[in-house]
Amino acid sequence: MAKERKIGAYICRGCGIGQALDADRLEEVAAREGRANLVRQHDFLCAPEGVETIRADLASGEVSDVVVCACSGRAMTSTFRFDGVAVARANLREGVVWSRARKGESSALADAGSSDSSERGEIPAKTGETTGEAEVSSSERETMQEMADDHIRMACTEIRFMTPPSPSLEQTLNRTILVVGGGISGMTAALESARAGYSVTIVEKSATLGGFAARLWKRIPDRSPCEAPVDPGIATLVSEVSVHERITVETSSKISRTSGSPGKFKVTIERCDPASGDDGSTGSRTETFGAIIQATGFTPFDPSHIPELGYAASGDVVTSSELEALALAAKGEALVRPSDAKPIKSVLFVQCAGQRSSKPGHLSYCSGYCCAASIKQAMYFQDADPSIETVVLYSDMRTPGSGGEDFYRSGQSRGIVFTKGETSAISAAGEGGGARVRYRDLILDEEVERDFDLVVLATGMVANAGVDSEANDTKTDEPDTNASAPAAIEIPVESILNLTYRQGPDLPHLAHGFADSHFICFPYETRRTGIYAAGPVRRPMDIAQAREDATGSAMKAIQAIENAGRGRAAHPRSGDLSFPKVRYDGCTQCKRCTVECPFGAIDEDEKRYPLFNESRCRRCGTCMGACPVRVISFENYSIDTVGQQIKSVEIPDETENKPRILVLACENDAWPALDMAARLRRSWSVFARVIPIRCLGSVNTIWVTDALNAGYDGVMLMGCKSGENYQCHFVKGSEMAQYRMTKIDDTLEQLGLEKERVITHEVAITDIERAPRLINEMERTIARIGPSPLKF
Amino acid sequence: MPEPVPGIEGAGTDQGVILVVGGGISGITAALEATEAGKDVILIEKRPFIGGRITQLYKYFPKLCHPVCGLEINQRRIKASPRLSVLTMASLESLRGTAGDYTASVRIAPRYVNDRCTACGACAEAVQAEFNDEFHDGLGLTSADRSHAASDDSSGDSSGADPSGDSSTGPLKPARRKGAYLPYPMAWPERFVLDPRIIGTEDARRAFDACRYGAIDLDMTEETVELKVAAVIWATGWKPYDAAKIQPYGYGRIPNVITSLELERMMDPLGPTGGKLVRPSDGLPARNVAFIQCAGSRDRNHLRHCSRICCMVSLKQSTYTRERYGDEGEATIYYIDIRAIDRLEDFYRKIKSDPKVRFIKSKVANITADPRSGDPILHGVDTEGYRRYSNPHDLVVLAIGMQPSVGGDDFPFEVVVNRDGFIEPDPRNGAIFAAGCATDALDVNRSVQSATAAALRAVQVVNAGTMPGLESRRD
Repeated sequence: MAKERKIGAYICRGCGIGQALDADRLEEVAAREGRANLVRQHDFLCAPEGVETIRADLASGEVSDVVVCACSGRAMTSTFRFDGVAVARANLREGVVWSRARKGESSALADAGSSDSSERGEIPAKTGETTGEAEVSSSERETMQEMADDHIRMACTEIRFMTPPSPSLEQTLNRTILVVGGGISGMTAALESARAGYSVTIVEKSATLGGFAARLWKRIPDRSPCEAPVDPGIATLVSEVSVHERITVETSSKISRTSGSPGKFKVTIERCDPASGDDGSTGSRTETFGAIIQATGFTPFDPSHIPELGYAASGDVVTSSELEALALAAKGEALVRPSDAKPIKSVLFVQCAGQRSSKPGHLSYCSGYCCAASIKQAMYFQDADPSIETVVLYSDMRTPGSGGEDFYRSGQSRGIVFTKGETSAISAAGEGGGARVRYRDLILDEEVERDFDLVVLATGMVANAGVDSEANDTKTDEPDTNASAPAAIEIPVESILNLTYRQGPDLPHLAHGFADSHFICFPYETRRTGIYAAGPVRRPMDIAQAREDATGSAMKAIQAIENAGRGRAAHPRSGDLSFPKVRYDGCTQCKRCTVECPFGAIDEDEKRYPLFNESRCRRCGTCMGACPVRVISFENYSIDTVGQQIKSVEIPDETENKPRILVLACENDAWPALDMAARLRRSWSVFARVIPIRCLGSVNTIWVTDALNAGYDGVMLMGCKSGENYQCHFVKGSEMAQYRMTKIDDTLEQLGLEKERVITHEVAITDIERAPRLINEMERTIARIGPSPLKF
Repeated sequence: MPEPVPGIEGAGTDQGVILVVGGGISGITAALEATEAGKDVILIEKRPFIGGRITQLYKYFPKLCHPVCGLEINQRRIKASPRLSVLTMASLESLRGTAGDYTASVRIAPRYVNDRCTACGACAEAVQAEFNDEFHDGLGLTSADRSHAASDDSSGDSSGADPSGDSSTGPLKPARRKGAYLPYPMAWPERFVLDPRIIGTEDARRAFDACRYGAIDLDMTEETVELKVAAVIWATGWKPYDAAKIQPYGYGRIPNVITSLELERMMDPLGPTGGKLVRPSDGLPARNVAFIQCAGSRDRNHLRHCSRICCMVSLKQSTYTRERYGDEGEATIYYIDIRAIDRLEDFYRKIKSDPKVRFIKSKVANITADPRSGDPILHGVDTEGYRRYSNPHDLVVLAIGMQPSVGGDDFPFEVVVNRDGFIEPDPRNGAIFAAGCATDALDVNRSVQSATAAALRAVQVVNAGTMPGLESRRD
């Protein structure tokens, strides 16, 4: 903070602020206590005239940093953004005036517990009058003014401790993408990236490109009219990839080491001679990449886990992938029985073989593509000889979407029989070959036993997602996650990326061994910035979906490259240039930051200090919240920007009966919920002081203890849901905060304070009625237990 | 900070612009993914706010989380994207030219509120006229209301009721909004709208006089702007199949038959029922709810295709009865196949384990209403064992099918569609790329995936125009 800072505070009187509050007094607070060098009032600050005033002051050098004392920081965001200038916002409109605009709620302290209306956060309006200028008693006016004064103090304090973030000099722009896996997904990702102008290297473990799809005779159609199987199109794709000038293909190769971060991943590619067994390394080289797409596909489920379906008992029981191999070998000629090469007159497809099942060794999930795949395979027989009987035994036919239903209908019209049933046993049929199947026909409600020449088990997909680095620390309290456990141990657990990250060698898995995103709205967001999963490694899917998925992953990889090149954060704080700064001389090497970072952004250097990787960082601040010695901060968000705001609030004497409640609210959910509550004129305690925070995970317990020591009567943390269906956008932030807060009880005891003084709530963005109510409940709690004994 | 992001290979600001049509989750995603990679994007949306259908959903499956939560992140991303412009109340009228070089003619309807609006709400307080609130998807409208959408009695507000109460509130009335309004509390752009029906009335003057900021512009007229764009992402989403066309189900005739979309609005704590799950006929609690799958879908007489989301929607909505009525709530799902693919199966398994949720494999034949109780009675045959049933329920929810918002002949350009009306990827489409439910019946997750892929296809066109040596797209 070498350069001289001149703070300009701009007080807007619009939207009812000027009527409800004494703007001259706010000006005085900003000047005297906020130490603003220049304070201006304006009737309509967000108008071009108002903004121009600020710009003029900035241009003339009278002001270097801006405090906008107007609406919530979520409103007029781009209006009040000035290049390279730090801006703090005092939330007078939503935070003070609108949340108190109607007939002032009498203090819950005065009539504690008696007011039902305060509990619902709404005030019975006296008449139809709903202007912002309702008459309020002078004492109510005064408490509201005090609330506003504090908002001015907080914003003026915040600005003094923040600097506008600027990109560090660590960015690297590297427009080369590493694609791991040379199947449909990998080749599509490579080709689509190359078509956008980026260079790509494909690393494929086997000797040829093509992956699973190369072993298919036909694939499920995805273009209208979706009536018949189509050529997999692998040869075309392989040749396009092979001749593309921006694509390099490394077959028979693996990744033995990946370090670095987006823009500068250092990857060691090891060439293995497939002929010389597992460890036939024939040399390696290290290359640098901007981003990584992991398209390592799946392994077909191992049918030895389903002995009841007769796979071992009869040579005429095959899996769906084995049937593809037979069809591919037959090249359109009639298929014959594997056991004795006799003609096939009847085929049974057993759907969900070892899937959608909670039995040990089975897959609990649905692989999504098998219903259509069995229809396709039944057509192989129907098309060769319509007299062949093909029966699909299913529990639900799952052919969603537009093309899916057309294909199902096409199967029906070709004479494929679909029966809802449950298979109980399959065995060898006896002398004549084939297989004997016992099943319950659920439509006719009867047990059936009959022989088929061939039985095809529609087995599922097991993801090749590498090592689940977080398998040990995820809680398994949900009963049905146990059922999925076998899927994870199906495949030999060998790392794919071999990341040197402190937090494990591969992408963390989500469920059932797949590397999917947890978020419905953000399917590509992984917890390792710049590394994206595509295709069946992310989620079970068919070829059409895998191609779409791979194209999307290429978009994300390109975006990660462009952002890393400019020091901009990736989702969800997209574009944020701030970055954790560490004061190493205070660091005790406790490793909490490295362990708690939800994104694996922090390594350790050779002296065991935390090593921050800027372009891996998502700017949530969990490291800042974790640090017991408080040496981690961001330029625009730090222990001080929040901590000093907390301390800037005026704490009235206990005799004044005006408690102070600190509310630290997650900026993505709790804060917008309060903003919307204010828009709907819901009221919350006039004694609350709300500070938005990036994530509950960024809350350092020093803020809580400092608040209590300063004489606050209560502290509330409002963050997102944690646990299995967590909604925290930084994955583990709210979980970490809840964990840390369990430890705060000791501190409270040491301070001689009641446990109720600190409370954590999970608040959703839709808790528009509930969030104010929670604050009001806290006010009543304080009324009950009395003022903090720590007030000076 | 909005520093100008240099374009790829230093192409600077003269790189081509991507036009995204439709501001729902797919359009927003496509626009953001492209602009966050350094592209110039214009997003146009027909409604006065962005977010599309997801803004009207109570919860998402399978996490049962709230859709506006992800929307808040996206709105934040938009506010932080200086190279993305958003035009609301705008629609694409025509598109001329070829891939890489299109001229788009965009029609912008008058909002009668300019960008001086602070969203203070004074205009809404001043205006007297009220209209049915379209945000609530027609919930509470009778068939008579539906045919006379504009009525102007100014009562009929039933919001704010206590969701836990059992007391009868009488027949459900549609939610009303003022003639000057913010479409919903999180609407972005955070700017009010004047209903065109008040223009020329005393109310327009009242709104004008109430605004202290000069934001009401009663002289605003429809305008058309021409935009030079390199590529177009078509993300116009879906609309529900017209439930009244499924004659045997009595939608519009039997008041206690509603659509799955209407149920979402009913669950909104700020919606027409204040979040109460009730019967439209009498406002009594709807504890025993029937869900009819494939309402309009997988049916040659209606929509041929499977709408994909409806199974998951009904599984999700079956939890609403529990949420409101605990052990007294029960749900029955009449289905053909439950399509809960991949890990959505986990959710299906969880719902199946609830003894209060029944599954009956049956295409319901027809619905009658008990004249005394108003109970809808479902008639049909349970396919598993062929047993006839006549089951009374408190409320019937039609898991209504999804069809493309824009039908066959209504595209402002030539584009290849399949027989269900969804856009097919085809070289003949030039640089027009469909995203989300314009391509197929998709859930939110798959729409976002589709939109991200569409963003790349558009980026390829833009880059082809700026990167030396980069061939134009061939397919």
